[in-house]
This record gives sequence, structure tokens and C-alpha cells, in this order.
Amino acid sequence: MHAWLLVVAVFLSGCGEVWNNPYPAQEAGRNILYGAFTERPKHLDPVQSYSEDESEFNSQVYEPPLQYHYLKRPYTLVPLTAEALPRPRYEDAAGRPVAADSPRLAYSVYEIRIRPGILFQPHPAFARDDSGKLLYHELTREDLRSIFALGDFPKTGTRELTADDYVYQVKRLAHPRLHSPIFGLMSEYIVGLKAFAERLKTEDAALAAAGRGNAWLDLSQFPLAGVEAVDKYTYRILIKGRYPQFAYWLAMNFFAPVPVEADRFFAQPGMAEKNLTLDWYPVGTGPYMLTENNPNARMVLERNPNFRGEAYPDEGEEGDAAGLFADAGKRMPFIDMVVFSREREGIPYWNKFLQGYYDFSGISSDSFDQAVRLSVEGEAGVSPEMAAKGIRLETSVGTATRYFAFNWLDPVVGGSQADAETRARARKLRQAISIAIDWEEFISIFANGRGIPAQGPIPPGIFGLRTGQVGMNPVVYDWVGGAPRRKPVDTAKRLLAEAGFPGGRDEKSGQPLVLYFDTTDRGPGDKPRLDWYRKQFAKLDIQLEIRGTDYNRFQEKVRKGAAQIFVWGWNADYPDPENFLFLFHGPQSRAKFQGENAANYANPEYDRLFQQVKHMENGPARQALIDRMLVILQEDAPWSFGFHPKDYSLNHGWVSNLKPNNMARNGLKYKKIDVTLREGLRAEWNRPVLWPLGLLAAVLAAGAAPAVWSWRRREQSRGRV
Amino acid sequence: MLVYIFRRLLYALPILVGVNLLTFTLFFVVNTPDDMARMQLGIKRVTPEAIQKWKAERGYDKPLLYNEAAEGAGKLTHTIFFEKSVKLFVFDFGRADDGRDIGHEIKTRMGPSLAIALPVFLLGLFVTVSFALMLAFFRATYLDFWGVVACVAMMSISSLFYIIGGQYLVSKIWHLVPISGYAGGLDAARFLLLPVLISVAAGIGSSTRWYRTIFLEEIGKDYVRTARAKGLSELAVLFRHVLKNAMIPILTGVVVVIPLLFMGSLIIESFFGIPGLGSYTIDAINAQDFAVVRSMVFIGSVLYIIGLLLTDLSYTLVDPRVRLQ
Amino acid sequence: MPIILWTDALVFLLVACGAAAGFYVSRREYLLASWRRVGESRAGMAALTVLAAYILIGLLDSLHYRPRLEAVAGKPANGYSSEVRSALDALLQPLKAATEKTYSAPLATHLYARETVELPDGTQARIFPRLRHGGAHLGDPAEDWAQDVAGRIVRGLALAVLAGLTFAAIAVQAAAVRWGVRWQTAWRRIRRGETHFAWNAVLVTLAGLLLLGGPVIALAGGYHVFGTDKVGQDVLYLTLKSIRTGLVIGTVTTLAMLPFAVALGIVAGYLGGWVDDVIQYLYTTLNSIPGVLLIAASVLMMQVVIDTHPDWFATSAQRADARLLALCLILGVTSWTGLCRLLRAETLKLRELEYVQAAQAFGASSVRIMGRHILPNVMHIVLIAVVMDFSGLVLAEAVLSYIGIGVDPSTISFGTMINTARLELAREPVVWWSLVAAFAFMFVLVLAANLFSDAVRDAFDPRLAGRRITLSAQGQTT
Repeated sequence: MHAWLLVVAVFLSGCGEVWNNPYPAQEAGRNILYGAFTERPKHLDPVQSYSEDESEFNSQVYEPPLQYHYLKRPYTLVPLTAEALPRPRYEDAAGRPVAADSPRLAYSVYEIRIRPGILFQPHPAFARDDSGKLLYHELTREDLRSIFALGDFPKTGTRELTADDYVYQVKRLAHPRLHSPIFGLMSEYIVGLKAFAERLKTEDAALAAAGRGNAWLDLSQFPLAGVEAVDKYTYRILIKGRYPQFAYWLAMNFFAPVPVEADRFFAQPGMAEKNLTLDWYPVGTGPYMLTENNPNARMVLERNPNFRGEAYPDEGEEGDAAGLFADAGKRMPFIDMVVFSREREGIPYWNKFLQGYYDFSGISSDSFDQAVRLSVEGEAGVSPEMAAKGIRLETSVGTATRYFAFNWLDPVVGGSQADAETRARARKLRQAISIAIDWEEFISIFANGRGIPAQGPIPPGIFGLRTGQVGMNPVVYDWVGGAPRRKPVDTAKRLLAEAGFPGGRDEKSGQPLVLYFDTTDRGPGDKPRLDWYRKQFAKLDIQLEIRGTDYNRFQEKVRKGAAQIFVWGWNADYPDPENFLFLFHGPQSRAKFQGENAANYANPEYDRLFQQVKHMENGPARQALIDRMLVILQEDAPWSFGFHPKDYSLNHGWVSNLKPNNMARNGLKYKKIDVTLREGLRAEWNRPVLWPLGLLAAVLAAGAAPAVWSWRRREQSRGRV
Repeated sequence: MLVYIFRRLLYALPILVGVNLLTFTLFFVVNTPDDMARMQLGIKRVTPEAIQKWKAERGYDKPLLYNEAAEGAGKLTHTIFFEKSVKLFVFDFGRADDGRDIGHEIKTRMGPSLAIALPVFLLGLFVTVSFALMLAFFRATYLDFWGVVACVAMMSISSLFYIIGGQYLVSKIWHLVPISGYAGGLDAARFLLLPVLISVAAGIGSSTRWYRTIFLEEIGKDYVRTARAKGLSELAVLFRHVLKNAMIPILTGVVVVIPLLFMGSLIIESFFGIPGLGSYTIDAINAQDFAVVRSMVFIGSVLYIIGLLLTDLSYTLVDPRVRLQ
Repeated sequence: MPIILWTDALVFLLVACGAAAGFYVSRREYLLASWRRVGESRAGMAALTVLAAYILIGLLDSLHYRPRLEAVAGKPANGYSSEVRSALDALLQPLKAATEKTYSAPLATHLYARETVELPDGTQARIFPRLRHGGAHLGDPAEDWAQDVAGRIVRGLALAVLAGLTFAAIAVQAAAVRWGVRWQTAWRRIRRGETHFAWNAVLVTLAGLLLLGGPVIALAGGYHVFGTDKVGQDVLYLTLKSIRTGLVIGTVTTLAMLPFAVALGIVAGYLGGWVDDVIQYLYTTLNSIPGVLLIAASVLMMQVVIDTHPDWFATSAQRADARLLALCLILGVTSWTGLCRLLRAETLKLRELEYVQAAQAFGASSVRIMGRHILPNVMHIVLIAVVMDFSGLVLAEAVLSYIGIGVDPSTISFGTMINTARLELAREPVVWWSLVAAFAFMFVLVLAANLFSDAVRDAFDPRLAGRRITLSAQGQTT
């Protein structure tokens, strides 16, 4: 055992000064940014990918026509590959131009002009031989024998980005073999998309019938009525009616360009079996390209040599630190390579960050949320020890809302009962509960103080939210000393009594009021939260039965309208109030119409206002209507408006150009690191502590000593005999 | 001998069929294909059409066991059971519910799993057998007594504490090894050192006690007394006779686990971020990806059966008196 | 309103079985002899004393009831609370009710985290606020804390010494009367270990327990001895509540698997032929499925059943209990194979013995032979398996809970405690007390169980020493 310890020690000392560096020695000193991912990405195909952790990679590679400004707030759209922001033209059914508010308005036309000269990343799908023929488009299984990753193809090529690539991707939304999460929504808006999908379905069925079910389906053969390329650099999308929010969709990867060559390349027989698919290897024009995709261990983004270069923004929000503009106008990206390592468990992730092996924490990383208690002093910084290490905390209020929903169809807490008196009572019950649930405490215990109690569904940073007393929810809060203060529990108790449950007992039968709460919190670490929920209802002497169910059962219950009270959240698709207000729209009811209104709330006046507000431009008129809608919601209390979680990211001192941005996911290109500083600090923080090795050796020796001693004695006694 | 092996392998078939039927029933009672679809499709904007499409694409739209609509043999083969289970027998694992190829995944993850399980196995065996021999040598002394006490104490500690404590002290406080992660090739040693040591330490208690008892049983036998009477030194007796004769009981416990080493270790792998089959299994359980879990169950059973066979074969190597019939 | 949860029923069934078995054994000298050998083992008896303390807590925690609601505002009391409590909860009510806002260290008087509070003069400051309960009786904690704590410890120790002496006196007196000797002689014999039953070990262990418990009880009146957790619950309370879960998993599981293992093992061994083949097939198949995966599948399946029938369970305690029971049954199903195989082998041997052959010759039915002649002769193996399984199962619970297929998250258990505590280790500053408390209580329980099972094994069949009777889930997972 000693010998092996020695071997270990020798071996370890060979690794240089720091023993615990998880990265290969040849990466030392290079301009590489290190991050981590906790969930393996499921899809990297831009028509399928819809989750934040996937766009961490995809958004660096794919470039939709628009993007969000990195620094400006409120969130503003700016062109990315487009020449300018598209201004929709409005037409009537016959194609004649009309005014924006015309009753005859039938279509909005978005014409997007992209910049010439943008090149795709080097990729074998573009490789051509000397005669200009595509090199790898007629491969046989035999040719693929020695190919296991994309990098195994010896040659690569590139091509200029054209409008056709954008058109092709819109068509892919309707691809019969892919399921785009937004196909349902977009087929309501994009002219001809539904019919196009039907057409593709029959074509696909014909292919399958011919026994070529996996053969390539060339979408460019089939015309899509509402989307066409006007010239090499311009394409046009026809939208039914008015849909101002469409511009936001144009900033998402669903509308990024996909070259037809790549699709065809990956459709060749034998590719999919080797995991060579577009879903695994994105092909884009962005600042980075994914060169290593091993979702079990690491994902590597490398600088795209064909990237045109983009200038760092020179304007931002008022109050932005001057340091944020040090690189204004300089060519991005600044970092050569980004390495993301898989980190399944929160604790190793966090500890490695503290040791300096991760340069930043992901925005809204749940594992950090659990592992860290940051002693946040108000808005500013981190604990003194962390501040001393140069770690900075960047927070921003997320465009999301967490809430408790009351099922509107429920006879006790809902609001769709037949007679008005029962309805009024149920409303008081909901209001009482809304007051009793102390979200401020929840934020401080479970979100480490990073959240803002919600006054309504609309989070800060999105049009429609009003700050100060006007924006306060008067049902739950009082305005005291210039700030909202949650009403005392006594008010809630009074409301509860008025609702017919004095002291938590039914007035008539004397039976205790038992409410049922559904949640997907049922992991081993969720116990504290469940205890907390119960405590909130106990304040009103209401007995809460918590039903922790698995995700599927929970979904099904909500879908059937069988849950009474449940906890849920909503993350914005785009920064427009419509994306939150539609969660209460009657025809969006989950139980009745499979929509996104999970509480099944229905209020005719609200629905009428929503129809008006939906497609209005932001302005005082819209604000007035939204104000009215919020008052209705606050009074009806179909949700106990929980809180808007604050997104945060922790960064080491050597990372600069940081500003959390909840909408833009393509932020890597802005970041910059100071490699020398990092090397120095890492060495300083990770000096190996050697005495335990000595101690271990001593303990082993101490353990062995009596054995050796008694062995000697035995030998001697034997000798004497 | 070959006939024997062949017959044993034939016996394995009904067992594998049983395993398959059992897991199939368990998993499809738990999660209907609709559930799986919803699980994979995510939270936002999931339409019934999308679910149908997902199921059709992965072959989950067929009946479970018996297809009325199909013709002839198709009644049995055009079913979820046939397509998802029977193919396992030719080691065609198909695709995971998230669309990735399971076979490819298993191939790439087997390396890291073995890289940790094999050293744990060998080192563990070496350390515990030597420790047990030492205790047997010093039997009925204070050394033996305290050794056994230490063993009992060590086996009374939950393995979770070894992992949590080891990672906290060695990696976080003393900076001796990377906290988690994995790299291929020689570099892997730095990442594997701590998990291997922890696994070995967690297993020392019970294994040592077990080997010690076996040795003591052998030492009590007549031939040992004879050997000693011949004047052989105690050490020679221990190594030449006791160890050799204790091989059979040791082999029974040890050989059967060798094939299972491929399966990796669930908890160690997930704590230390080693991309092996153990963490793959845990991921699959958490994501309720039953295509993966089914495959892992199948592989586990196959390996177990191979282990049993290897055990029998190893007896003939150690003890020529054992004949296989 | 008393509530008998399923696991309570099984626990009491076990107690009843134990009592019946004790009565049976006490009538048969040859069985009694083996038990006397257990009683001679010092380590075994010390362990048994510790186990007895655990079992006492576990049993108290198995007496469940729903408190009646008090009358409110003139309305007559009607109905019961949906909260299910146990006798232990009633005893520990002060601990249970004394919740703080969030973490506090052991014996602390202030919260572990800073908070912004409004000072009397209207300004805001970030300070460590005083706890609501821990040390709330102190006027000036900085000044009085050390003295108060020391005082309580001394009082606790004094109490413990008093209780210990009383018990020792009673025991010695009883022994003296029994042996018909003088008091001093009895005391000397016990002290020197000259008794058959290891009285001295019991008394020493008891003294140790009292010396530890006394101060804890004295301190628990005014402080959180092991601190508080994330939502401010007393960790001592949580640890004590975990004990029942551990005991239930360790015992009910074995109870659930025994009928299968014993019946099938004996039948397979005795009858042989196709019956043997079928049973062998059954256990080889079950054995060949990786245990954790089988458990995961079954637990998830049970969970679905429980989830889809919320109306079966009136309270969440009953639902959590159903899951605990399901876990026990599933662990039982996966762990009976080892014992079954062992019993089969033993029966094969017994079948050839003369007296069994004789019984067969007399034309006794197979059932009669198996029940009368074989079963009693394999009981010692069953007993050893039961006690040896116990510790493995307690350990397995923690691991399974980590993977997320253990007990219900609302059930307090060592597994759930370790799991939450694991995350707390990464906090800055580190929160260590939950982990240490869970570690200490779990270690002592498992250690005692291991020592006791060794004593039982040595007394009944030393040949079985070290043979791995069952493959518990623990071994397969790490």
C-alpha cells in the first residue's frame, strides 16, 4: 500500500503546481472560456430546439435575421444578418396596400433584406471538388466506414448566405419528420403553412410507400405560398392579419437560415446511424461553430474563421458601467474557444466555479440556486469572501412569473359557479389565500433573495407593467411608507370568514376546509418547500393536502382541469405583454381548448379587452387597456401572483463585458477574458494541501507498527523454541 | 465442456424472456406512450397532433401485445412488445426516447465505466484479501479484534457519507484532485483516483470480514494442522494452503460480478461526473426514458448470466475435482 | 381519532410475532440455550440496549392519531385535523412547534444568515436576528449563553446519573433476589462480568446513553441542540422522526419477504422436480435483473397508482405511508431470492436425514413433514437472515432516496435528510449540522444492528459467518 501511495504522489507531483486542474495541460494559457451545462441538450436542430440550455449552443452558431440589443433596456430588437428592422406592409385580401388600422386589412407583409457577403462556417456539406461538384453528396455506406464524427471528413467548404436559406428553414417548420414546437402557432399566422404541411405529409407518405421512408425530402421543390425569396438577398413572409409580435419570432433560431446542402448531406443513408445529423451538428453563420459534440462530457465551440465580424455595441442603458464600453466598436468575438463541460450535480459545479475552473455560471442555473446562499446586500454583490476573490454577481429581473393557480372550474376555489353569491365567496377565499402566501419569505428562503414579488402577471422590463403605487396589487398589498407591504394575516382571516369559512371551518357544517395542492416537487430535496407551502395555509387554519405527482400525471391533471391549486410558471417567449396576458384568455383554456390558460380563467370583459390589446402598438392607449385588465385580474385573483425570479450570473474578475440579458442568448461573442489573471488566481486558490497525505501515511504506519511488532515477537519466540 | 457451455446458454434464453416480459409490463404500466411523448416534447405548446406524431415516429402508436389490424404473424410482430423487446435479443437497442442511438451511447460509455469499475474491483480485491489474511494471521489477538471492530464500524457507514465526505475534504478543502469530470487516456487517472479510493474504502469493511471468516474456516481444517506439523512457517501455510483452498468460496462471490463491472456504478459516476453507463442509467430513470432503462435491464441480465457461467467454469480451473456435466 | 397506518399495523404485527416467538422459545430448553449464548455476548447486549432505545422511539412514533379540532367561535367541534400525529410528536411538541425562519447552528441564539431588519429608529441594518425560540429566554445572549448552556449540561448530567443509579440499583436488587445472594455479591458479580447474561454491558451502555441523553434533553428545552434546517425545523426532531422510517424499512421488508422465501425455498428443496425448476427459474430471473432498476420500475409504478387514486387516501400521511409500504414490499421482492436459495440448499440436506426419511416411511404428508420437521430446523437460518438484512436495508434506503426512488419526500428519513444536507455542504458558510446529526444517528443504529446480528449468528450457527445471505441494494448501487 505504501508503494502505491508513493506512485500516486510522484504521479501527482508531475502535474505541476496545481493538482486539481480538470483541463488538459495543453489548454493552459489559451484564450478559452470555460462553462458548464447540466442537462444534455436534446435537440440542436433549430426547428426543434426550444429550451434555454440548448440555445446556449445554438444561438452562437445560428443567426436569425434579428437579435436583441446586448445592452439596451427595455429589450430592443436590432438587425443581425438583416440590413434593417423589417417594417410590415399591410394589404387587403386582394393584395392592395391598406393602412395599419384599416378594417379591410388581411395580410401583413414582412420583407427582410439580408446583408450580402455573409459566409457559412466551414462544413463538409459545402465541400466541392475541382470541377465545382459537391464532394460529399453521393456517399455510400462504404464511404462512411471510417467516418465517426463530422471532423473526420478531410475537406470542408463554404458558401454565401442567401435568402433561400431562410426560406428553406421556414419550410422546415412544417417538415413531416420533425416536430417544431411552434408549428401549430405559426400555421395560424404564416399564409399557406398549413396546406404546405399537408402537401409534405402526402409526399412523405408516398416516399414511405415506395419503400424509401428515410430518403431525403427536398422541401425546396415545393412552393410555400406565404414565404418566398424575392432576390438573392431578400425574402418575404406573408402573415395573416396583424401580428406585431412576429418581429420577436424573427429573433429566434426557428427563423435562422439552414442551407439546403446541409439538410441533403445529412439525409444520406448511413449518416443518421452514426449520429451525423443536423440535430447533432449545427451549421450556421454565427461567430462560433460547434466542433466537439459529446453531450456526456463536453461541448466545444470554436471561433468560426468565416465569421464576418461584428462591432461591439457603443450604446446601452443609462447607468451602464463605463467598463462595458471599453471594447465599443471592436471586432467580435473576443474569445477563441468555449469549452462547456457536463456537470450533472450542483455541488461539483459550484465548487469548481469557486476554484476558478469555470469562468461563469450559467444564467438561471438551478443548481447554483440550491447550492448557494449568497448574502446579497440589497442589490449589490456577493459575500465578502467571494468579493475578495473578485467574483461578481450580475442580476437582472427575469422575464418570467411564478405563481399559484386556482382552477377556475373548481367548485370551491374556482370562479365559474352558477350563482353570483357563491362566486363572490370563492373570490374572497382566493383573495384571502393570496394574502396569506408570503412570497417575500419564499424568495428569501428558496430563491436566496433573488426575486421580486409579483403584483400581476407582467414582469418588469416588459411594456404594461407600472411601478409604484399605481402598479401595486391593492387586493394583497397596502402602500406603506413608499413601498407595498403585504396585508396582515388578519385581513385574510376576515376575508376567509366572509367567504364562509371562519377559522378555517365551514360555517354550516363545521367541517375543516381542506384544499388540495398539486405540485411536481417531490424529489428528495423538495421537502422544505412542501413544508413551507403547508405553513402558509396553516396561517389561515386551512388544511392543505399536498399531492406531489410526477410530471406526466401533473400535466394530465391540469389538462383535464382536475387540479385544484397548483404551482406553475411562465417564461416569456418574447418581451411583449401579450405573451403574459394571453395566459388568462378564455379561449386559451387548458381544460377546454388545450391552450396555455392553465387556470382556465374566463371573464368576458377581460377576453374582450384582450382581443383589443393583442395587436396594438405600445402606447398610452394600450397601457390604459392593460391597466384595466390587470385590475380585473387582481380583483378576481385567479392566480396568487408569486414572483418574478431574478436571473443572475456569477462571474470571475477576469471575465468582462458582462450584462445579463434574458432575451438574447447569443451573448458569448461579447465576452472577454484576461487569461494571465486567471492563471495566476487559479494557482493561488488551488495550492494542494499536503499534510493530509502525510497524516494518511502516518496513520497507516501506526496501524502497521503493532502488526510488525507482534510479527517480530512471534518469529523470535519461534526461534527460541 | 463446450456442450456444457452451450446448454447453459440455452437455459439462459427463458430467463431473458422472463426478464423482458417483466420489465415490459412494469414499464408500460407506469408510462403510457402518451406520457412518454409529453415528457419528451416539453412544457410549452404541446398539441395532441404533436403527440400522435411523436408516437408514430417512434413506433409507439401500435398496440401493446396483439395487433388486431395486422395480418397473420403480423398480429404478434406489429406490436410495441415485439418491436421494442424482441430486438434486444440481437442487441439492437434502437433509439432512446430523446432520439439518440442507444447502442452508440452504450459503446462510448462502456470505457469510462470500466475505467472506474475495474480498478475498484482489482484494488478492492487485493486490499481486502491482504487485510483479511493479516487478520487471519493475527487471529485471536488484539490486532484481530480491533481489525474486526474497524471493519464493522466501516461497514456501518452509508456509502453516501464516504462519497460526500471524501469529495468535500480531498477535492474541495485540500485541492488534491479535480472535483469531478473525466478525460480519456492517461489523463483519466487524475479524475479516477478519488472515486476509486472511495469505492474501495466503502467496500473494505464487509469484504474483509467475509474473507477473514473464510480463511479462519480453512485454518481450522486438518490439512492445515498437518502442514504446520511438517514445520512449514505460518506464512507459507497461509499463502500456499489456506489461500489456495479458500479460492472456491472467494470465486463464488467474485467472478459473478466481473461481467457486471460493465454496468458501471450508479452513484459514484453521477457524483464525480464520469460519463459511464451508471450515470446513463440514473439519467434515464430521472428522465423516465424507458427505452434506455429497458436496454440496461437487458444487458444487466445478460451479464449476470454470463457471470454465473464464468463462476462455474472458474471452479474447474481452481479445483480439478469439479467436473462440469 | 386513532389512525392505524398500514406500516403501523405491520409493525405491531411484528411486535406480536416477536412476543409469540418469545413465549414459544421460553418453553423450549434447546432453543433457550442458543438465546442464552446471545445473552452472554457483551457486544451483542450492548448493541441490543441501544437498539431497544431506537425501537422505543420507533414504536412511540408508530402510534398515530388525528387530533380533534378545537371548537371555534361558538361552533361545536366537528371533525379532525388532516394532520396525522404520533405519540412521539405529542412528546416532542415543544421541539416541533419551535420553528425558526431558516438555518441556525446548534445551540445558537441567532439566525445563521443576515437579514435586513428595521431598527427602532427607522433605519435599516443587516444583522443576524435573534431566534424566535432557541435561547429566547436569555436576556443578553453574549453574556449569559455559556453559563446557561453549562448549567443545563450539568443539570442534565446530574439527572442522567440519578436515573442511571436508580436503574442500576433496581437491576442489582432484582438480580440479588433472583440469585438469592446479598446485594454486594450481586453487584460484584455484575461488575466483574461473572454473570451469564451480560448485565455489565447493558448497564454500561445504558449509562452511556443516559449521559448523552440527559444533557440533550436538558438543552432541548431552550435551544436547538442540533440546529435548524432550511425552513427552520429542529434537526433533533427530524432525526428522531427518521428512526421510525429506518426501522420500518429494515423490519417490514423482511416480514414481507419471509413467507415467499421460506415457503418457496423449502418447497423447492423438499419436492424437487419441476417445482424446483420453476422456483429456481423464478429466482434466477428476478436475480438477474439489476436490483436498482427493478426497484426503480416498481416504485415508479406504485407511485403512478398512488397518484391516480388520490381518493384512496384521506391524508397525505396515509399517502406517504402507502409509498413507504410499497417500497418495503418491493425491496422484499428483490431481496428474498438469496434467503430462498439458502433454504433450498439446507432443505436438500435435511431431506436426506434419517428422521425425515422415517417420517416419509410412516406415510406422513409432505406438508406435514415440511411444517413439522424441516421448518423448525431451518428457523435459525431465517432468524440470522432477518437480523443480518436489517442494517443493509437501512443503508439501502438512503441510497435509493438519493436516486429519487426511495420514500416519499414528505416522509422524514435518513435518506431524505442526507440528501438535503448534501446540498448544504456547498453553502458558504457551510451548514454541517444536519449531515452530522443524520450521520451520527444512522451510524449508531447500523452499528448496533451489525453487532447484534453478529451475536445472534455466532450463537445460532457460526458456520454461516460472513456468508452473504442477501444481496442488498446497497452493494449493487455504489
